[in-house]
Amino acid sequence: MQKNRARLLQGNEAIVEGALAAGCNFYAGYPITPSSEIMELMSRELPPRGDIFIQMEDEIASIGACIGASLAGRKALTATSGPGFSLMQENLGYACMAEVPLVVVNVMRAGPSTGMPTTAAQGDVQQARWGTHGDHPAIVLCPSTVPECFNLTITAFNHAERFRMPVIILADEMVAHTREKVILPGTEETEVVERRRPTVPPDWYIPYKTDGSLIPRLADLGDGYRYHVTGLTHDERGFPTSRPDEVAPFYARLFEKISRQFAYLDNVKNFMVDDAELLIIAYGCTARAARAAVRLGRERGMKLGLLQIMSLWPFPRRPVTDALTGKRAALVPELNLGQLRREVLRVNDGRTNVLGLSKMDGTMISPDEILNRFREVK
Amino acid sequence: MAQVSRSVVYDWLRHDKKFPHVWCPGCGLGILLGSLVRAFVKSGLTKDQVVLVSGIGCSGRLPVYVDVGSVHTTHGRALTFATGIKLAKPELTVVTVMGDGDAMAIGGNHLIHAARRNLGIAAIIVNNQTYGMTGGQYSPTTPLGAKSATALFGQIEPTFDVSGLCASAGASFVARSTVFHVDQMDRMLGQAIAKAGFSVVEILSPCYTNFGRQNRLGSQIEMMKEYRRLGVTVDRWQKMNDSERAGRFPLGVLVDKDLPTFLDSYRGVCDTAARLRGEGRI
Repeated sequence: MQKNRARLLQGNEAIVEGALAAGCNFYAGYPITPSSEIMELMSRELPPRGDIFIQMEDEIASIGACIGASLAGRKALTATSGPGFSLMQENLGYACMAEVPLVVVNVMRAGPSTGMPTTAAQGDVQQARWGTHGDHPAIVLCPSTVPECFNLTITAFNHAERFRMPVIILADEMVAHTREKVILPGTEETEVVERRRPTVPPDWYIPYKTDGSLIPRLADLGDGYRYHVTGLTHDERGFPTSRPDEVAPFYARLFEKISRQFAYLDNVKNFMVDDAELLIIAYGCTARAARAAVRLGRERGMKLGLLQIMSLWPFPRRPVTDALTGKRAALVPELNLGQLRREVLRVNDGRTNVLGLSKMDGTMISPDEILNRFREVK
Repeated sequence: MAQVSRSVVYDWLRHDKKFPHVWCPGCGLGILLGSLVRAFVKSGLTKDQVVLVSGIGCSGRLPVYVDVGSVHTTHGRALTFATGIKLAKPELTVVTVMGDGDAMAIGGNHLIHAARRNLGIAAIIVNNQTYGMTGGQYSPTTPLGAKSATALFGQIEPTFDVSGLCASAGASFVARSTVFHVDQMDRMLGQAIAKAGFSVVEILSPCYTNFGRQNRLGSQIEMMKEYRRLGVTVDRWQKMNDSERAGRFPLGVLVDKDLPTFLDSYRGVCDTAARLRGEGRI
């Protein structure tokens, strides 16, 4: 049993610590700035444990290997950045369709295309939701500090195993490369979820039949449960089907397994929101500036509050609408042209005036820039 | 090997899956399916020890009919999924089935790296010289001059030599056979499955519907007979000069060597890493 340890870690390093604490025992990846430290550290940490590390030929292969390993019972991780995340989209859809647990870290950098590899950005918020083709549910988590990198990575693995689907961590270059103190908890304090495996004998196993939870049990390939996995729409037995009476319930279940759990999946932090007149809604590196802005603003007599969003998808509608209610104005600062503000506007429904603050020059949004934007509020 | 009786093959099929299969009359994939099952049985494998992985296309539909663990992946990516499965559970026999477009075009990068890496996967590449499922567009193995749905005036790109490419990329075992040479195909598949490193078997298989008809190659039977007419043994091939080789191809084992496998080397890495960690050096 490991005890609490205080460490000075980079965000990327904390993601590795979180993954290992959650039981990750398979990593496949391809080098890309600014996520490479995750892969380098995994190449050091997994071999002494007898677990698998492999550097693949590209990001498509990396996520493919992770899906294969997960089907064979491993907890798999891959990490990348924008260009690699784009390459992964097709297989990400496969993991949604076939319901394969897996964690993908996207350390965001400025895009599109090669963009600015060493500067932070938040331009992949909507891609993480809609990047792969077709309608599908998505779980996307976003850390703003090094301790959150650690905790949210554990959460990501637990969600992946619990809901049988890929979970995306949207970090950014700033959070990934910042060093902060983080307390790594002892092994007994960490809640680790394992996927539900079949308890019936192989002959009785119907791979995509579910009980009340809507989440089918997943057998490890090669454990005597011989079943078929496909990216085609499939029936309860996993075999391809395009019969409307089988396809429609399949899609409905795919969504409902998540929509039933919206409240459980909401993950936000309130920072002086309750008595605030002006609300900031922020995530990732921008939430750091927003916290400072709240403190500075309050010193100057502005009643500011921050709602930090850590579960970007499913979008935490209830906490956001609760926070918007009764405010004079809300501001969504982000390093893109308003990708999350679009969602806030969608749920705002006339509650308040939702302002945006976008920056796309490779630098951070500063606390002063946030405060200045509020000056326009009458 | 033909002695493995029909009832054994029958026993390895999934009868709760809606037969008949999706393949056209005259397609070679059904012959390969039987051959593959015979190779598993002859190798003494049980159904629980085998995982079949495929990509997209007519060949991609093969695993669903076999009562083993089966994964029908994305186009060109069968080897990447198979890599994850084999690494996660090295005790499994992992076999991929890919078409020529699947393995050589969209999945070409994965193929050469799998061969170089030498992880113990048996890759079957079914070469029908066209994209059959999508309607007969030209593939990397469509012969020069042949017509296709996207080469109405004849193919102008040179072809890939599937086996030659895999051999140069470092595969431990490379063989070529056809669905006409069933006994040889049974044997080659058995050898590939038994190999510790990465093995490739290229199986020539006719696509009557979307290649044969377009190029007026005659009936399905006549297309099969061409394999008998044009295929030569590796021994004879080596004695032939270039003009004799034109239009023909060697059949048999082209490469068979024992190279260090990825898993053997990786176990060494794990041991070293564990020792250094024990000594507090990493």
